[in-house]
Amino acid sequence: MDYGLLSSILHAVLVASTPLVFAGLGALIQERAGVLNLGIEGLMIVGALAGFATALSGFPILISIIAAALAGALLASIFALLVLRLYANPVATGLALTLFGLGLSALAGAQYVGQAAPQVDAWNIPILSHLPIAGHALFSHDPLVYLSISLAVLMWWFITKSRAGLILRAVGENHSAAHALGFSVTRIRFLAIITGGALAGIGGSYLTLVQTPLFVEGMTAGRGWIALALVVFASWRPLRVIVGAYLFGSVSIIQLHGQALGVSVASQWLSMLPYLVTIGALVIIAGRGNFSHKAPGSLGVTFRESK
Amino acid sequence: MIFVEARSETHWYHEWVAVFVALSLTVVTASILLAVMGLEPVSSLQRIFIRPLNSVYGVSELVAKATPLITIGVALALGFRAGVWNIGAEGQLVMGGLCGGAVALGFWGIDGFWVMPLVLLGGSLGGLLWGAIPAFLKVRFNANEILVSLMLTYVAILLLSVMVHGPLRDPDGFNFPESRLLHEAATLPKLFPAGRGHFGFIFAIFFALLGTWIVKRWHLGFEMRVTGLSLNAARFAGYSRDRTIWTALLIGGAVSGFAGVVEVTGNIGQLVPNISPSYGFTAIIVAFLARLHPMAVIPAGLLVALSYLAGEAAQLSLGIPAASTQVFQGLLLFFLLGTSLLVNYRVRFGRAT
Amino acid sequence: MRGLTKYFGDFAANRGVDLSVDQGEIHALLGENGAGKSTLVKMVYGVLRPDSGDMELHSEPHSPDDPSHAKRAGVGMVFQHFAVFDALTVLENIALGLEGRYPGAELAADILELCERYGLHVELSRRVHDLGAGERQRVEIIRALMQDPRLLILDEPTSVLTPQETEQLFATLGRLSDEGRSIIYISHKLEEVRVLCDRATLMRAGKIIDVVDPRQESTRSLGEKMIGERLKDTKRSKVKKSSDSKPRLTVRVGDVYPDSIRSVALSDLYLSVAPGSILGISGVAGNGQDTLFDVLSGEVTLPNPDSIMLDDTPIGRMGVEQRRILGLLGAPENRLGHAAVPDLTLWENIILTARHTRGILKNKHLISGPAAKGFADEVIQTFDVRTSSVNAKASSLSGGNLQKFLIGRELLGNPKVFIVSNPTWGVDAKAQLFIHEMLIKMADAGASIVMISQDIDELLSVSDRICAICHGRLSRTYPTEETTPDYLGALMLGQEVES
Repeated sequence: MDYGLLSSILHAVLVASTPLVFAGLGALIQERAGVLNLGIEGLMIVGALAGFATALSGFPILISIIAAALAGALLASIFALLVLRLYANPVATGLALTLFGLGLSALAGAQYVGQAAPQVDAWNIPILSHLPIAGHALFSHDPLVYLSISLAVLMWWFITKSRAGLILRAVGENHSAAHALGFSVTRIRFLAIITGGALAGIGGSYLTLVQTPLFVEGMTAGRGWIALALVVFASWRPLRVIVGAYLFGSVSIIQLHGQALGVSVASQWLSMLPYLVTIGALVIIAGRGNFSHKAPGSLGVTFRESK
Repeated sequence: MIFVEARSETHWYHEWVAVFVALSLTVVTASILLAVMGLEPVSSLQRIFIRPLNSVYGVSELVAKATPLITIGVALALGFRAGVWNIGAEGQLVMGGLCGGAVALGFWGIDGFWVMPLVLLGGSLGGLLWGAIPAFLKVRFNANEILVSLMLTYVAILLLSVMVHGPLRDPDGFNFPESRLLHEAATLPKLFPAGRGHFGFIFAIFFALLGTWIVKRWHLGFEMRVTGLSLNAARFAGYSRDRTIWTALLIGGAVSGFAGVVEVTGNIGQLVPNISPSYGFTAIIVAFLARLHPMAVIPAGLLVALSYLAGEAAQLSLGIPAASTQVFQGLLLFFLLGTSLLVNYRVRFGRAT
Repeated sequence: MRGLTKYFGDFAANRGVDLSVDQGEIHALLGENGAGKSTLVKMVYGVLRPDSGDMELHSEPHSPDDPSHAKRAGVGMVFQHFAVFDALTVLENIALGLEGRYPGAELAADILELCERYGLHVELSRRVHDLGAGERQRVEIIRALMQDPRLLILDEPTSVLTPQETEQLFATLGRLSDEGRSIIYISHKLEEVRVLCDRATLMRAGKIIDVVDPRQESTRSLGEKMIGERLKDTKRSKVKKSSDSKPRLTVRVGDVYPDSIRSVALSDLYLSVAPGSILGISGVAGNGQDTLFDVLSGEVTLPNPDSIMLDDTPIGRMGVEQRRILGLLGAPENRLGHAAVPDLTLWENIILTARHTRGILKNKHLISGPAAKGFADEVIQTFDVRTSSVNAKASSLSGGNLQKFLIGRELLGNPKVFIVSNPTWGVDAKAQLFIHEMLIKMADAGASIVMISQDIDELLSVSDRICAICHGRLSRTYPTEETTPDYLGALMLGQEVES
């Protein structure tokens, strides 16, 4: 076993998984509030382009990441307007968001074809990054990797240990009761959507600022949909999103390096695994009566304010 | 003060007004976008939307693209009316193409009028099976059909890839991941001297007519609609939610599968890893554009097919990527969803009583 | 409260209500359904705003814009329908109802201290989903008490409680009043009010009838005050029926446990209705009426086919459609969203229940639009339904007109048995009269009718025989003209009546 290769592969897994962590968290916070947003793919790619274009124009990386977040939040606000205020069908609106995001980014990104943006430098954590194998695999990454983990922990804390998170959960579980208690369902959902959009945007920017220095139309390649599946797989819990994202990320890397790792099965069968596992998770979770694993009660249900 | 007031009766013209408003807003926004990019709006729009239709080839291509959109659009419209969200039509299309294609390859070289029907049947069954899975899981386990059917889409595409790289690969094909070209008995005839417009379009029209009839006259269509509108009323009327879910997904699956095998036998002529530029997803827009009326799926499908052509034309003559057509599609859907409020509510000025 | 008035459209829910509650007093609001009690307290709590009149709380003007204002002024309310979150724990549920509190150890300690003080018991870490109705109510009560209310309002608190839970509740309320807090206790139930309350205000049709000391009153005296002249007004002209006429509909089943945790289970269910007879079932909402309706209509089927006999046919296991074909039709309480689909037109709504008649469904699968429209038109003409056309959406009709349409839809199908729930709830007087006449006509023509209603007037004027449902059990049935004020008072005041 080539330990150098193993270390590289582990490193690659983290890189492949990080956009999924961001996007998964973005989807999760919306779903905890009861909003099913199928437009994650569109939000990601818009963020990818925004981050790319900003970095290319010479702005510092931090500004580029913020630009990506803003782009995602802005696009998500269109979704919010349609679904929360105009009571549009959430499924169709999410799809429209994906389409629009993909098309808009292709259109606006055409001028950047072939150009390379500056990338995010790696932060080699002192001492730890010198460890054998784990040093390169875990502690020599760009700051976004560490940010993604921190955000997951922060979101876990927010949802389970803060009053604001409790209110979010209440809105997602039973928006009628939340309304009866005086909470503004529309406002809370709006905030969740904007935040989710920003996170998805950052996830997208990881693709263009770390993974590859280029922008290619449609480069998200279905990651947005995987993020949605991830949330279910993670039973709507932020820390499990990390686990799920890394699982999906591993599969995609193993698929690439299959032969080198001595895996003889055709790569497509391996690639199918995450999706099949997600279906399994959906079945088990929906069937179980245990409330800690169930979907938020008001997920996908349109809330109409009535006096 | 502006407020909305529910309409007591909605006529078909309310729906048309909403669509017209949405279309107009889309054209205006697209024009603005083009102008921002430094292109002259009117001539650009004319070049990408009108010009492609000026030739037999263009019309033929339009028909070819509209065929799967209309076919699947009708099936989705029926299912969406019932509140069953089949987002995995693309996967059912792929499975249909795969299974039908496999049947065609199985009979390769064998002639006879009965080959085509068998191939079409094989494709429909493949799609039906793929639709049965989310139906079963929803009825039995209450698993969300949106996510299940979506996940299965990826599985289907991967399955196709495995097959085309392996068992179904053309032995004389230099190891390219594609199957043999289908023989004539397993190919649908073309409709035009130029372009790829094929007989599948006739099937599409037929489905639209059938769908319209189901919605208006067939009790099953009514039952599905009631279930989609109010579960309690449906139960009181003696309708079964489970039966509706099965029906919606089996129809969706079979018809999408049919569309898939039609694509393979009419448009492409062989099995390749990528048999659809997301027709199954775009058909969702078509269904909404048609406001879930099967008859309106025909013009809706043609319009969306035109947007595909426009995208290609835009790439050729304006130098903007073909994917920009998705901006148009997305915008149209946004405006449609925004104006759908207008259909059921009247905008009024003044005080609310 | 002085001169409080509230209108909903034309309907006067409260008219010039004057009421005062002393410090430390437990004050009951007694009255039948629709008397205006809930509306009144909702104005105190800030959910509704009065059209005229004013309120004072501790000599300060009290006019809350919304519940949070009312809460800050010291008013707490426990509603009939609990605003709780099944998937969250008790602690989290309570925290949500309090401003700025986080569900942690500190809050837990405060809650336990409060529970200790008032003799309440609840497990903070359990999810509300697992709790029964009594425990859920306790969560609501604790939520209200944690805000240190000077005035606590309880709306029909014991309708979902067992006798023991009721006792516990009373003990808690007693302690509260000893502390100087005031309580407004809305109820139908005289025995409870007698045990618990210092004073009781009687309401009827939006007005105050009297303020009494419940301990000095009896069921009879209260019943008479509330019924007034009504007992003499039973209008039903009885077509003499032979008393040994064979019952058309017989229901005999032990226990029925419905699927939903919110529905009330039925026990020892027995009823029988003769042809041409109208059986009225009275009762406070939430005592099993919905389950009873579902059992009769066929939305809930029973394992034993013989449990329900229609003439000589066992129909216990049959579903809604099969019962319809045999002539058993129904009109549920909820019009939009159960009896009819709001967004469908009137003629489309016809198809829902009448499709097996008049050629509406050809060859079992094809819908005939003309036939459905024709029938819809007939219903509109016969029942004087005010609407633009058969193409109007069901949601566009006024309550009274829609109800006329829906009942007409069934009655024109010439049912052998007709089950109806709250037929004239929210319906204007003229339409109500019309519907009552139609029901009586149907019965006179030989149909058996079961009418579940909360409107005592309606029951008295329409039914031949009357009984009550309470906690899922049916009481003894009396012929209407033999009912006494005692019995009626008990019915109106929701007392447990012997089976």
